[in-house]
Order: sequence, then C-alpha cells, then structure tokens
Amino acid sequence: MNNTCTCAPELKEKEKQDGIKELKEFIKEHKLLHDKQGALMTVLHKVQEIFGYIPREAMDVVSESLGVPTAHIYGMATFYNFFSLKPKAKYQISVCKGTACYVAGGARLLERVEEELKIKLGDVTPDGLFGLSITRCLGCCGLSPVIQVNEEVFVRLVPEKIPAILEKFRKQEKKTK
Amino acid sequence: MEKKMVNLKIDGIAAKVSEDSTVMQAADSIGIHIPRLCYHPRLSSVGACRVCVVEIDGAKNFPASCVTTVFEGMNVKTNTPAIREARRNIVELILDNHPKECQICERNNNCELQQLATTLGVEEYLYAGERKHFDIDSSSCSIVRDSDKCILCGKCVRVCAEIQGVNALSISARGYKTNVGPAYNMEMKDSVCINCGQCTLVCPTAALTEKDGIKETFKNLSNPDKVCIVQIAPAVRVAVGEAFGFAPGTDKTFEMVAALRMLGFKVVFDTQFSADLTIIEEGHEFIKRLTTGGKLPMFTSCSPGWIKYLETFHPEFIENVSTCKSPQQMMGALIKTFYAKKAGIDPAKIFSVSIMPCTAKKYECARPEMKSSGFQDVDVVLTTRELAKMIKQAGIKFSELKPGQFDGPMGESTGAAPIFGVTGGVMEAALRTAYEVITKKTLPSVDFKDVRGLKGIKEAVVDVAGTKVNVAIVNGLANVHKLLTEIKEGKRKYHFVEVMTCPGGCIGGGGQIYPQGDLEAMDVDLYSQRSAGLYTIDEEKKIRKSHENPLITAIYKEFLIKPLGELSHKLLHTHYHAACPKGVPSELRDTVNIG
Ligand code: SF4
Ligand code: SF4
Ligand code: SF4
Ligand code: FES
Ligand code: FES
Repeated sequence: MNNTCTCAPELKEKEKQDGIKELKEFIKEHKLLHDKQGALMTVLHKVQEIFGYIPREAMDVVSESLGVPTAHIYGMATFYNFFSLKPKAKYQISVCKGTACYVAGGARLLERVEEELKIKLGDVTPDGLFGLSITRCLGCCGLSPVIQVNEEVFVRLVPEKIPAILEKFRKQEKKTK
Repeated sequence: MEKKMVNLKIDGIAAKVSEDSTVMQAADSIGIHIPRLCYHPRLSSVGACRVCVVEIDGAKNFPASCVTTVFEGMNVKTNTPAIREARRNIVELILDNHPKECQICERNNNCELQQLATTLGVEEYLYAGERKHFDIDSSSCSIVRDSDKCILCGKCVRVCAEIQGVNALSISARGYKTNVGPAYNMEMKDSVCINCGQCTLVCPTAALTEKDGIKETFKNLSNPDKVCIVQIAPAVRVAVGEAFGFAPGTDKTFEMVAALRMLGFKVVFDTQFSADLTIIEEGHEFIKRLTTGGKLPMFTSCSPGWIKYLETFHPEFIENVSTCKSPQQMMGALIKTFYAKKAGIDPAKIFSVSIMPCTAKKYECARPEMKSSGFQDVDVVLTTRELAKMIKQAGIKFSELKPGQFDGPMGESTGAAPIFGVTGGVMEAALRTAYEVITKKTLPSVDFKDVRGLKGIKEAVVDVAGTKVNVAIVNGLANVHKLLTEIKEGKRKYHFVEVMTCPGGCIGGGGQIYPQGDLEAMDVDLYSQRSAGLYTIDEEKKIRKSHENPLITAIYKEFLIKPLGELSHKLLHTHYHAACPKGVPSELRDTVNIG
C-alpha cells in the first residue's frame, strides 16, 4: 500500500515553500552547535522570524531534521508567549473588555465581529486580513464601548456600526494593492 | 562504586538509605506512605503536583519529597498539622478545577484523586468558580481523553515517552489553557499514539480511559437474532480476580467462563487455542525463512501496539515481521468461517467478542485487513477492566461461581499457550515447536528458562540440530527502539525476536485491572505474581507443546489442510504498511527493566 499522506496541510503558497527551504538550510548550518533543547529554541525563533508565526509544516520539518518528537515541539511552541502558532493578521481587531466597555455592551460588539468575520476570538480570517482579540481597558472609558483596529480606536460603538468599519479596512487594503 | 549510605529521621523513625535517594523513597523504605499524585517509581520525577510536601528541619518552605534528596542527619516530618493543612489545600485547589461527577465517573471508587481527597479529609469545595473546559476526544479506537478531568500530573506524557518511546503526548500552553494531548492539538486517532493504553494505567483520574465496548456488547447480548461468541486471552485469567479481591496471579479461567455464560454468551472459546495455532503457523514461517534464506531476523506479530509502532516508527522492518495474525484475529476469522459452517450458523448473525488485557486490541480488530471472513472478524474487544465491570453490573457474585467449561472445537490448549501472556512466552512456545519440527526429536526439557523473567531485553542461543539460533525477547517499546537501532548498526544479530508492547508483556497490558491499593503499574511483585500464575497453568497442563494439541491436528485435518497453506494465507495471515504521520522516536535510553 502506498503511503499517501493526508494528515499535514499541503504547502501551497510559494512563500511558504521558500520559507521551508530557508529553514532547512538554517537547521543544516546550526544543528551541531547546540544540544537538542538549545537547538530547538534557536530553530523555533528562526521559524517565527521567517514566517511571522510557527506553522505546522515548519514544526514537522524541525521534528524530522532535529529528531525531536512533534509533541515536544508543540509543547514548547505553545508554552512561550513570544511564539505564535497563528499567522498575524494584517488588521488586528481588539475589543475592549474593561469594566466600562463591558457594562456599555462590549460583549455584543465582540459577537457582531465574530458573526461578520465568521471567526472566533483568537483566530485569523483565512485571507489573513483580520484577527480578533480582546484587550484590557484602553483608557477611554468615557467613550465606551470601544474597539481598536491596529492603532486606530473607534468609540461609542453600537454593533450596527461594525460592518462599516470592516469595510473601511477592506477598501484600504484594495487601494494598497 | 559503592553508594554512600546516609542516616535520617522520618517522623522520629530512623532510616538508612543510599545518598541519592529521595525523601519519599526513604519514607517508603520504612513503611511511611507519603501521599502523591505525579510521582511514579518507574518514571522520572518532576515535582508537579506538590501533594507530597513534608517538613524538613532547616528548610524554609515545605519541599516536595519526591524530588528532594536526602542528606546525613536530615529530620523529616510527614504528618504535622501544618503539613496536613498544606496538602489539603493543594488537593482542594485541584478539586476546584475538577468536574464534580464522581458518581457517574468511569473511575469512581478506583480513582487516586478521589481516594486522596478522602484520606486527606477534604470536606468542602472552596471556590466554585468557572472551570476549564475542553472537548472530549473519543476519536481513537482505544483511548478516550477527557481533559476536564486531567490534573496535569504528566504521568501519561512520561510513560508514553520513557517506557514506550512513542511521545504521543505533551503538556501544551500555559495558565488555564494548559492541556495534555497530542501535537498540534490533533485528535488521538491522527497522532502517533499506538493505542497501548499504558497511559490509562498510570493516569490517577479518568482523564484517560479505554473506549467503551460494554454498551454494544450488552445490546447484542439481549438481541435474540444474534449468536454471541466470546474468546478469552491468556493474561486476563490471572488478573481478573484482582477486581474481586483475589490475589494477583490467581487463575480464574473457569470462573470467567461461567460468568460469561451467565452474561449470555452462547459459545465460549479460548484464545489459547489460537495461540497454539499461531505457534504452528509462525513456527513454520520461521523454519521457512531460516531454511530458504528468507528475511531475518523474524519478529513476532501478536502484539498490535508493536505492529502500529512498526508501521509508524520503523517501517523499514516491515518485511521482517511475521505475517501471522495475532491469536485474537486468527480466532476471529475461524469463528465466522470454520465454526459458523460447522455449527450451521449464518456468520452474519454472529457477534464476536474478545476479552483482552489490551486496549490496542480494540484498534487491531477495527483494522481494515481484519475482515477475512467477509465480516469484521472480531466485533468488539473488551478489556479485563470492562469484563470485571460487566460482571459487577450483572450482579454476578464472582467469588461464588462454579467453574465452567470451554466449548469445543476451539477450547483446548497446551501449556505453550498461557505463557503468550508474559514476555518471553511466545518465544518459549515457538522454540518448543520449532525445535521438534526441525530436529524431529523430543526436547529433553520444555522449559527454556533463559527467555523468562521481566527484563526489558533478553537474549538466548538455542542449539537446533547443530544450528545456533540466536533469539531475543523485548518488551516496552522504548526497549524495542533500542534493539532495532542496534540491529541496524550491526551491534546485535538475531534469527528470531519476540516483541511485546507493554512492560512485562500482556500481564502488564493497558487494559488490565488497575493495580489495587498502594500498588502501581509496572510493580515488580504484581507482575511477577501474574506471570507466575501463567507459568503454573503451563506446568499443570499434560500437553505443553502446541503441535501436540489434538484439536490443532484436527483443525488442520478437517479444515486448514496444512500450515502456510492456501486457507491459512487467506484467514490467518496479514500484511502491514507504513503509517502516517511518521513517528520520531525518543532518543536511545538505557534498557527499561521491570524486574
Ligand atoms: S476522575 Fe476521580 S475525582 Fe474526578 S470525577 Fe472521576 S472519580 Fe471523581
Ligand atoms: S496509548 Fe500508549 S502510545 Fe498512546 S498515548 Fe497512551 S501511552 Fe502513548
Ligand atoms: S491525563 Fe491523566 S496522567 Fe495525563 S497529565 Fe492528566 S491526569 Fe495526569
Ligand atoms: S473599559 Fe474600555 S476603554 Fe476603559
Ligand atoms: S508526588 Fe511529589 S510533587 Fe507530585
């Protein structure tokens, strides 16, 4: 029987392939310089640097070339806050979860964003455009409820205003392309 | 070099232990049991749960005794009000983050956490706040993972890495999201887990348990259109009694047969019959490889965890593994062909159950190749634990049962069969037959003592008609990895190798009764007793060589015709293939020895 692997997501994008190539070369050069644990840390930092996050394909490559079981790599990559297992979104939406915003209806804003983007808290849209997280008080409680998209803050929001905000960034994205 | 001994006092009692002992080991040595959750004598110590704290004169806080080394003149107190308070607080904190559902829990009355809460006198739930919540993973044929009940002791992670070398699990993330599971948060069925169930034996709670087969079995037992047939593996009979207060190693074969009939099974066969059959087929396969220049060493194939390990971690050895199915699957194929025809039963109506010491057998019976009868050959596998539970559920008083009898034509076995349940047993059984078939002479003694015992890797040389046959016996997959690696490096040379997945063999299988009292999995006394039980059954049999089993002669005459023949090929042999994802084994370690 053929060993046709269906378990790992395929490497589609050219970027990722280039990244994997770079990673493999890096490992070849650095493999013997450290003990395994040390090597693993260095290599994971490199992965994060190449891809901006730690994709599963990269962990598979690291596992095979360093001979470290994937479960250990996964454990390590999820333990440290400076590693991220999800790609960074172009526009990170942070819904304020401070007390004032919460009382003023922050939760409904969150729900609406989730609905519009069809993603859950902590996820990124498949096109990599929007990510969704929550944040603590942003210091503009007087204007609650608020959300922040990258550096820009939107105040006194009602859920109905969410679609327009998302649209604004989609347009902005088209222009830059 | 002699290790230096040091003197210390624990609760006023003098103890003398070697200088590298921990405080917990020192206490154990003088009969003081310090409560513990994450410590296991066979695994590395991590000091994760802090339940084992003690007071030590001169120490600032309360050190964890399982990771604190003794020193000369140390004064330890394990049982002061302050320590009891501290331990109680720790367990209370664990319980606050734990489902409060003991009454409906798999491990009720058999749970280390529950036990600990009772012995420590925990009386209230402190902060009934929000608990963590994860989905239950029941994707695997063998293991169910309920992370809500996980207390993050890490014993499963360590047994999987250190004893089995599989590394299917790790502790991931941190804070309230901390969880134990396979890489990439994938489901167990997609991971490199080889279904051995060792993690279920060491898990102190119901976070890891076997997949339930009881419901489906009871359903079929009460279906008048079904003929329920059951088989019992060797290692089950010397352990099942433990669930009913009998000493480990007590032979409960015939009480079990009686109980199975009371549960409603129409026909009760003995997997030991098909163990004898396996020896005939595997013995002939070995002789063929040996005499016609086939691939050597040949490895045994009756342990399904090992087969999955082979396919996942060492597919380069696939051609070295015997093509014989395991005794369970041989029996399964014969029940729905040979027996169905003989008894005039439509095989579609047969519901075939096997009682196994093993969780991997649940996976084995579901493999797509295991359908040689045209149906799934074995429908459901129940572990020893599940059988004990069914007997209790049915209100059967196990200790008062009159012995029952197996059914012909697959109920008789020789002394070579029971020892399939212990490391070295398959090799010994095979040698008894191979020797006599090759030399056509009677063995001077059927006892091959060199291949017995609970060591991780054993070796022996057997003189068969002038040919020196080198054999090895290995149990525990971390040891298997070591052996395979050294075979590849040319450091080891064998003709025949027996592999059993679990430490000690099937007597230490992942589906066996949870060790009772203060006993732990892999306890040398416990496993020696179970194994002695099997050797006693062997010794008490009149016939001790598989090829002399009259029912085996009969089935070849009547049905199979000859070993390795056409029907054997169809029903009794199988094939393997490389699995995905490919596993990366642990680095080589020293051989793990249970005894
Ligand atoms: S795992 Fe133990 S403590 Fe937890 S619910 Fe089950 S029996 Fe109770
Ligand atoms: S069943 Fe065996 S291989 Fe699978 S996770 Fe448990 S210990 Fe590891
Ligand atoms: S699953 Fe069981 S053995 Fe594993 S860490 Fe959780 S409680 Fe411990
Ligand atoms: S609570 Fe949202 S800005 Fe302060
Ligand atoms: S048993 Fe010592 S810290 Fe868990």
